[in-house]
Amino acid sequence: MSANTVVAEKYRNNFLKEIEEQVEMGDWVKMCMQCGVCSGSCPTNFQSAWEHPPQELFMMIRAGKREEVLTSTSMWNCTSCYNCIVRCPRKIPITHIMHGIAEYAHRIGMAPKMQATRFFSGLFWKNCTHTGRVNELKLSLGLYFKDGFVQGVKNGMAMQSVALGLVKAGRLNVLELFGGHKCKDQKGIHAMLAKAYEIERVRKAAKMAG
Amino acid sequence: MATKEYAFYPGCSSQKGASASNYLTSVEAMCKTLDVKLTEIPDWNCCGASIGYAEAGELPRHVLNARNFALSEQHMPGKEIVATCAACWLGARETRERLTHSETLMADTREALKEAGLTINEMPNIRHMVEVLIEDLGFDEMKKHVVRPLEGVKIAGYVGCQTNRPFGVDGESFENPQYLDKMVEMVGAEPIPDYEQKVTCCGGALAFSEPEKAQAQIKDIVESAYDHGAEMIVTPCPLCQANVEIYQGQVNKRYGTKFDIPVMYYSQLMVVAYGGDAKAAGLNGQVIKARRLEEIAAKQVKR
Repeated sequence: MSANTVVAEKYRNNFLKEIEEQVEMGDWVKMCMQCGVCSGSCPTNFQSAWEHPPQELFMMIRAGKREEVLTSTSMWNCTSCYNCIVRCPRKIPITHIMHGIAEYAHRIGMAPKMQATRFFSGLFWKNCTHTGRVNELKLSLGLYFKDGFVQGVKNGMAMQSVALGLVKAGRLNVLELFGGHKCKDQKGIHAMLAKAYEIERVRKAAKMAG
Repeated sequence: MATKEYAFYPGCSSQKGASASNYLTSVEAMCKTLDVKLTEIPDWNCCGASIGYAEAGELPRHVLNARNFALSEQHMPGKEIVATCAACWLGARETRERLTHSETLMADTREALKEAGLTINEMPNIRHMVEVLIEDLGFDEMKKHVVRPLEGVKIAGYVGCQTNRPFGVDGESFENPQYLDKMVEMVGAEPIPDYEQKVTCCGGALAFSEPEKAQAQIKDIVESAYDHGAEMIVTPCPLCQANVEIYQGQVNKRYGTKFDIPVMYYSQLMVVAYGGDAKAAGLNGQVIKARRLEEIAAKQVKR
């Protein structure tokens, strides 16, 4: 059974409860009073429009629209600008909930597969936890080559002038490809993160069972 | 003996050859003048940034930041942690807040840290460099060291998001913070109080993953600076700096604009005003050269 089937069966007809128990800060969703300040304050909603801006996602959660919410590209449009948080009259931590819903959709395999920010988010975390520090060159290349080699070369060419400018200014080091900055105690970092994942998994499972 | 001493969390982007390496260069020179001693936290790690959320989950993200707290406590007990990067500062502060408010999260974090042979006994204070400047030193002290005022230079103070929200600098408003304009004034330059894109988001990580969305915002930020007659933009955030500076060429292609405006760090302005040369101010790290500042930095200082 897929991760999604397991949770879907457990929380049948109670999507709000599922979000409250499985999503970071999810227990705040019911506090939304649908004023829409978050949607009006969101830079990417203002510029190019989310399919479902935050306040709409909150209502959809309460209406049990599980499939539409979890497969939506909307919350992946969050730029982490925190404008919604500081303006929300109910002080709902909206940015964290957007990240939380996205993370949950990703965790149970419901998030849109080729969504670019989803890809980049995963890439960033793997990149920075691998050695303990971000390798900016590998991070950029990893994104450009996400759709295969040919597209990667095309993307690289399109970004050539940007990259060249940075190299000239001493702010992009091509040698980062062969190593680069790193922490000494990588073993400790990996062990501590593995433990953290394990604890979090156990806690989420306990909520589902309880 | 330095006037002020802190545990320093430089962050990934400020490392040698990384995207904000010139920020660190200028911060070092600035702190030397101000007699502020920054001691790097040994073996510090990435904060995970906001964009790591898809894989990070809640606890792993906080554990990552907590490792830096533990290392700081081990090597420099009782010292406040200072970050120069907005995302590092935000990530660390958020972890501090969550762990302080949840005993479960704190206990889980301690258990995970054990795997790396570390522990936390006391939660450190997390400060941004601009907080140190404004709160611990103050504008009068900062101004005392100005020997080469940036007279007649009009500068748009672009605060951006993460130094401003959700925590921000104490006593400032989220919608119209004043401190950056005051810093511009302090170095003898001319601020633009009506710069309406002051707290607009630069697009953050979407500048990489969905450039068309981020560049629409970058266009607004730069355009408004031009509209107000700015010669350069100044910011306290490494990602704001990079996004607003390095994509101007792409914005020009996309929108038919002719943007070519330098984007500086507050610390670079201060180093030049304090009599430092172009190298100490990290001016060689600009993709769009700050000619006006280079000229000022080349002038003799009358002491």
